[in-house]
Amino acid sequence: MFDFLEGYDLLGAFWVTVQLTLLSAVGSLIWGTMLAAMRVGPVPLMRGFGAAYVNIVRNIPLTVIILFTSLGLNQTLGITLGGGDDFDTINFRLAVLGLILYTSAFVCEAIRAGINTVPVGQAEAARAVGLNFTQVLTLIVLPQAFRAVVGPLANVLIALTKNTTVAAAIGVAEAALLMKEMIENEAQLLLIAAIFAFGFVCLTLPTGLILGWVGKKVAVKR
Amino acid sequence: MSSVLYDAQGPRAKRRNVLITVVFLAALVAVLWWVYKSLDDKGQLEWAKWEPFTKSESWTTYILPGLKNTLIAAALAMVIALPLGAVFGIARMSDHAWVRIPAGAIVEFFRAIPVLILMIFGLALYSEYTGISSDDRPLYAVVTGLVLYNASVLAEIVRAGILALPKGQTEAAQAIGLRKTQTMTSILLPQAVTAMLPAIVSQLVVIVKDTALGGAVLTFPDMLAAVSPMSSYYGANVIASFTIVALIYIAVNFAITTFASWLERRLRRGKKSTGAVLKADDAAVGGTFGTGAGGANA
Repeated sequence: MFDFLEGYDLLGAFWVTVQLTLLSAVGSLIWGTMLAAMRVGPVPLMRGFGAAYVNIVRNIPLTVIILFTSLGLNQTLGITLGGGDDFDTINFRLAVLGLILYTSAFVCEAIRAGINTVPVGQAEAARAVGLNFTQVLTLIVLPQAFRAVVGPLANVLIALTKNTTVAAAIGVAEAALLMKEMIENEAQLLLIAAIFAFGFVCLTLPTGLILGWVGKKVAVKR
Repeated sequence: MSSVLYDAQGPRAKRRNVLITVVFLAALVAVLWWVYKSLDDKGQLEWAKWEPFTKSESWTTYILPGLKNTLIAAALAMVIALPLGAVFGIARMSDHAWVRIPAGAIVEFFRAIPVLILMIFGLALYSEYTGISSDDRPLYAVVTGLVLYNASVLAEIVRAGILALPKGQTEAAQAIGLRKTQTMTSILLPQAVTAMLPAIVSQLVVIVKDTALGGAVLTFPDMLAAVSPMSSYYGANVIASFTIVALIYIAVNFAITTFASWLERRLRRGKKSTGAVLKADDAAVGGTFGTGAGGANA
């Protein structure tokens, strides 16, 4: 029944999906945190930049961004991101870049929402007992903010996992591209679809359950 | 200006802010200059590359028909997904386990799968088992993928909207002798719908953005796909066409978002509904990532 799977690197394709997810997750966590820091900081210019970035990027389809990294950045401007002549490497890196640029807008909003859940009274009380700014931030505000952020960030991670399929649009050999190829060449349509659906359920469902549980566990009850 | 993170600023903090502003501005200008330089080096800023977009023919033959297809797909997906989502959202709250559990499983299943996978499957399914012409197939596939995914997201929104209503509403309805169906259709749903409206409108942003997938992978003639022949026809104005396409998407989605938050403010002010109004952002950021209402998609 599963004979037709021979000749297809199913695990390899899902491994590329996982790599895309993890690299983009790390990148967008860093860039998204920096954006969030700008958006909640005291400098008006940075606040403006953060808000503009988030509102622009959030409203552009990821497909447009990823296609632009390939057609615009690579083929028109000649940016290779150090990938040399190898198209697979270049496209993989471009896809990661596009996913980071897009996802960090959502990471930024999740973190900002987390900081907003901390009541101003917490910081005021901390200052009233004589803590200085660094202490207020590291002992009182950020610990509460981080704990509120786990759940929303888990949702961003799940969405990111699913969004990696968009990399198929620029020919990165991940799961969706392999599925398209297999459907074109093989007859077992429903079986192929079931296999790929199962693969993604395996990737996203545990992430959601585990991180959702952790998020509930650590969240500050108010 | 005081927030939980910083206090009202004294003279030293103000001086420091000015310094940070100057440094940040310098960095920003440097990046913009680099972008300008690399565009200019490749001749991407020449008027010839941008001129096609000032002509009315290129709008009427390429961009607007593409935009029309994008909006048609999004509207169809929304119109079909909404009732489906309502049915599944209500079914998930059923008293009967044999309704509740399958409905929950279906909703969770379609939320866990990427829209693109659903679209590719839909395209293959229609070409294999139906007589839909190959011209129409991409539209059907795009709408199918969007409906399956967004119906499950909307189901969660509907459920959240109904659960947000005070318990007294159900109890009062039961006290005057309404059946379960009557309670749902004449008491709970009407109130929940007003509470859900902003979140539902925001979900449109996700749908509009996801239609672009069809253009890139399924040969659906959406705005993105419609603009690409312009590049070959007028020379390599890739940067220009992507800029225009992105601006149109931003304009459309910004209009939807603005409408959603206007709706939210209006509904919050009015006292017609007893339920908490679901935030517009829950779906957009998203409905995507908010409050268990789904996954922010492309």
